[in-house]
Amino acid sequence: MDEKYKNEFGAFAPRPQVEKKFYNGKYIFAGLIVFLAMVALPFLPNVGKTIPPPVRQLDTPVIQKIAEKDRQCIMPTEWMRANHMQMLIDWRDNVVRTNEKGAPNGRYFKAPDGQKFLASLTNTCMECHSNKEKFCDQCHNYVAVAPNCWGCHLTEGKKLAEAK
Amino acid sequence: MDFFKRHFLVALAAVLGLVAVAYVGSQTKLQILFGVAVPYLAALIFVEGLVYRLIVWARSPVPFRIPTTAGQNRTLPWIKRSLDDKLDNPDTFKYLLGRMALEVLAFRSLFRNLRTELRKDPDNPEGARLIHWSYKWLWLGAIAFHYAFLVVLLRHLRFFTEPVPMPIQLMEHADGFFQFFVPAVYLSGIVMVVALFYLLARRITNPSLRYISLAADYFPLFLILGIGISGILMRYVYKVDIVAVKQLALGLVTLHPVVPPGIAPIFYVHLFLVCVLFAYFPFSKLMHAPGVFFSPSRNMVANNRWVLHVNPWNYPVKFTPYLQYEDKFREAMIEADIPVEKES
Repeated sequence: MDEKYKNEFGAFAPRPQVEKKFYNGKYIFAGLIVFLAMVALPFLPNVGKTIPPPVRQLDTPVIQKIAEKDRQCIMPTEWMRANHMQMLIDWRDNVVRTNEKGAPNGRYFKAPDGQKFLASLTNTCMECHSNKEKFCDQCHNYVAVAPNCWGCHLTEGKKLAEAK
Repeated sequence: MDFFKRHFLVALAAVLGLVAVAYVGSQTKLQILFGVAVPYLAALIFVEGLVYRLIVWARSPVPFRIPTTAGQNRTLPWIKRSLDDKLDNPDTFKYLLGRMALEVLAFRSLFRNLRTELRKDPDNPEGARLIHWSYKWLWLGAIAFHYAFLVVLLRHLRFFTEPVPMPIQLMEHADGFFQFFVPAVYLSGIVMVVALFYLLARRITNPSLRYISLAADYFPLFLILGIGISGILMRYVYKVDIVAVKQLALGLVTLHPVVPPGIAPIFYVHLFLVCVLFAYFPFSKLMHAPGVFFSPSRNMVANNRWVLHVNPWNYPVKFTPYLQYEDKFREAMIEADIPVEKES
């Protein structure tokens, strides 16, 4: 208890005896609780629930007609899941913005296995994946992405005239 | 190796090491560790560390008010006080709230930042002139970084909530307003990384600042840069299966953790760095975030002139009243012709 401050001349004054208690505790802990509550708030509605991820539906008429083992997108599924937006935007840029007559990659997309596809969302992708709600929108809504494809592209009924 | 290089390189190596650990680790069968165990552990350490630090802080008495010289304190009625004075040197709780709000939301203290430099003097070409000038770039870099980081954090709620709340979606649209590149570039991400590079460059290029910078100053900068860069790479270059990422994130906050297969390693690098940031937070300079609310020169009403504040660690002091002193030395004082109160 008699601990004192020391300098080179010796001990000179008692160390302060500060009462061990919370000073302004109610403000500090109220602040802490408010902070933790604010952090927890967005998560609370879903705690304990199991939220299934969206399942991409492949049961469109066109896909049903294809034999089980031949059902293959123009690129591998894993790649498409991560990169389809890049591919579509490249198509758009090539076809709508930079395409010149005879440009090598203009209207056609060459898959790694050598097959050629018309570079068109409405005519190629949605030929098979005609179920936009069940194929595109589900996942886009799930991760809160709003692509601006549908500002121009028709989603049902009429198709664009065949290019050529 | 000189002081600067040692502290700079240790911090850089630490962050690169963390990146390597996550990159290699997530390609083994330890995905459950990096995807589930580490995030929960980091959240636990963050909350526990925060509570612990606040308890320590709450036990420290702060008895004295510190009126600041930047504003005229309340005094005689004919001394006028402008709004600046009232906000800088508040005499009521209302203005105190104003001062704290300016400090927390607008970084007012940084805005007052001065820089002292020797500049060339046109009147005296041989010598130099010492000037003090208001250096706002630090304030600008700091506020740009902090608000961008806040927007980035809130934006990530789209992975942790289902359905995604409307305000978060609106914020995302505003953030990607320019619809430049696909996926749309978020301005907050760019601002955050640019501001971080500025804050880092400032530390390195200013010699006096470099001299006082420690590894603990560089580490958070590199760590958050690592988070920002890995996030930007993941969004625009090395794309990952975002639906699987959301499944993992939702699993964490719904307490039903899952590790969906097929998420690229760069995601685990990003996640691991974020976890390290949360775990590191309570034990580092990053505690300035709650700490700003504890600034003793900011968070108390400057009322010393009309309220008595008693130091809680005052102890009884032995002292001698004048009359006792005179009793002791009366004869000597009379002899030396020093006037006394009582003659005998």
